[in-house]
Amino acid sequence: MALGIVEDVVAHQPGPTAGPAAGPHDANDLEPARARRRRRVDWALLLSGLPLLLILGFAFFPGVFTSQDPLNGIATQVMQGPSGEHWFGTDHLGRDVFARVVYGTSQTFLTAGLAVLVGLVVGSALGLASATLGRWVDPVIMRLIDVLLAIPSFLIALIIVTASEPGPISLGIGVGIGSIATFARLTRTEVMRIRALDYVEAAHLNGGNAWSVARRHVVPNAAGQILSLLVVDFGVAILAISSLGFLGFGAPPPTPEWGLIIAEGRQYLGAAWWMTTLPGLVIVLTVVLLGIFGRCVQKQLRF
Amino acid sequence: MARYALGRVGQALIVIWLAYTVVFLSVQLLPSDPVTIFLSADAAPDPAVVAAMQAQYGYDQPLIVQYLGQLAGLFVGDFGYALSAGQTVVERIGGVIGSTLELAGWAFVFAVVLSFVLVSVASLVKVRWVRAVLEALPPLFSSVPVFWVGLIALQVLSFQLGVMSIFPDGSFLSLTVPVVLLGAYVSAPIAQVLFKAIEQTYAQPFVDVLRAKGASETRIFFAHILKNSVAPAFTVMAMAVGALLAGSVITETVFSRSGLGQIVLQGVTAQDIPLVQGLVLITATAFVVFNLIVDLLHPLLDPRVLKAHPAAAGRTR
Repeated sequence: MALGIVEDVVAHQPGPTAGPAAGPHDANDLEPARARRRRRVDWALLLSGLPLLLILGFAFFPGVFTSQDPLNGIATQVMQGPSGEHWFGTDHLGRDVFARVVYGTSQTFLTAGLAVLVGLVVGSALGLASATLGRWVDPVIMRLIDVLLAIPSFLIALIIVTASEPGPISLGIGVGIGSIATFARLTRTEVMRIRALDYVEAAHLNGGNAWSVARRHVVPNAAGQILSLLVVDFGVAILAISSLGFLGFGAPPPTPEWGLIIAEGRQYLGAAWWMTTLPGLVIVLTVVLLGIFGRCVQKQLRF
Repeated sequence: MARYALGRVGQALIVIWLAYTVVFLSVQLLPSDPVTIFLSADAAPDPAVVAAMQAQYGYDQPLIVQYLGQLAGLFVGDFGYALSAGQTVVERIGGVIGSTLELAGWAFVFAVVLSFVLVSVASLVKVRWVRAVLEALPPLFSSVPVFWVGLIALQVLSFQLGVMSIFPDGSFLSLTVPVVLLGAYVSAPIAQVLFKAIEQTYAQPFVDVLRAKGASETRIFFAHILKNSVAPAFTVMAMAVGALLAGSVITETVFSRSGLGQIVLQGVTAQDIPLVQGLVLITATAFVVFNLIVDLLHPLLDPRVLKAHPAAAGRTR
């Protein structure tokens, strides 16, 4: 959430700083910016992307990364510290904490994915409608977005979870509704910016109707920025979902889920530091990497 | 100015009204009414009890009557009854809000101070890596789950060093630690916006003129750059209300403090829709009021707001 707002607030400040930021192709660089970038390796993109690929592997093929059982503990190995056999130690039931984190990835990622999907689909549809239909549609949608922004996304998720049963689906939808506003505002800004560009006007003059111009020129060019928001928002959603999972509003135990794993470890804070610290580290790492990766994607796709 | 102020107040009222309407409508979309959902948490609710409670809290009346009745209630500060507490929502929340305000208020002060210190040091220090580290801090703060850092703090300070009690005991540390953790989380967007605004201000020609006139970098920063960059930061500060609330709920749970966190847990586990709904509306109102205050102060900070586009000024949010 925070990152999207940051972009928005600064871009909307009146005064000499307003207006689209001066693009990279201003002064005397005749070589297209994209070609120039292609020759240089973006190390930040690579260094954040590779570990993310690994974590994504956790979600799809958990069995490859651990041979331990995430659900059934070994009674003789209760609350053991990290070792070569149990990288993250074991919990109060003798379950391998690393295995629980690895197997919990898909649960956390699926819920976060649902949230991002809801935010993306509804948000970009609203933003696109707001930017293209204009007239009375625009102010109506913008007021609706104001309302969504006025209710903290955390509370939106809570009211959805309260009204339906607590669980991953209602949690994902709730968190997703909270991110609609960010997607809608970015889509609207991007579409409006691109529609004001010369080549779009040229496409119109060439006889393209509104629909074909939107489909062939506006949407593909706006997609890049929205894609990078998608990556960043995925991290934000993971954070929100693990926080709400920690409070007990997500998947019920014994399902391994990142927030829930930490909530379980909370009871043994004094005796088994690894039960909270190490799974949390994985969350931090994932969210930080997604943030960096998202910003790199944004830089790569800006034109 | 009067016209701008009136417009902003009108917009704020509309947003509060819409927020109420959206919340009301989404509750209507549920398969049944709040009373039935609340009672269904028990195994098999007695239909007579359901009907009696529906009648008592007015959920048996026509929708339009409920809608207008609850709307009228908002104007006199009546947010309905918390089903799980046997109190009005306002009483239930009023009973514990002091503790949350103490935490959130100090955290906000700390967040503002922290972001200004970070940005000032980063802008004035000439060492490149120090600056890079300072600039990387806010994104890090916003990526670290508050509940996790809270648990680590408890672990180190309570269990290993034994300097802090696990439960709040009114000592200095038992308030300071949650305040610092929550404040760091809330400072992230404020600092990020400040960094960006300052970078844009430094790019303006007047800075070169000041340098050519021989002004020191410190003077340029504090007397000119900062002054021209704070306006966006104020906007984000008003938006921090949401992060403060969410963060408070989680921080309170971790440190076993009383406050809104308790209410949220109670409301959600008991499926007490009026209580959560009341909490949402009160927060939304607080959010809108804070933003209104900032919008009304904005022209004083930056008179260009009025000149540029009086009608579109609302978009700055």
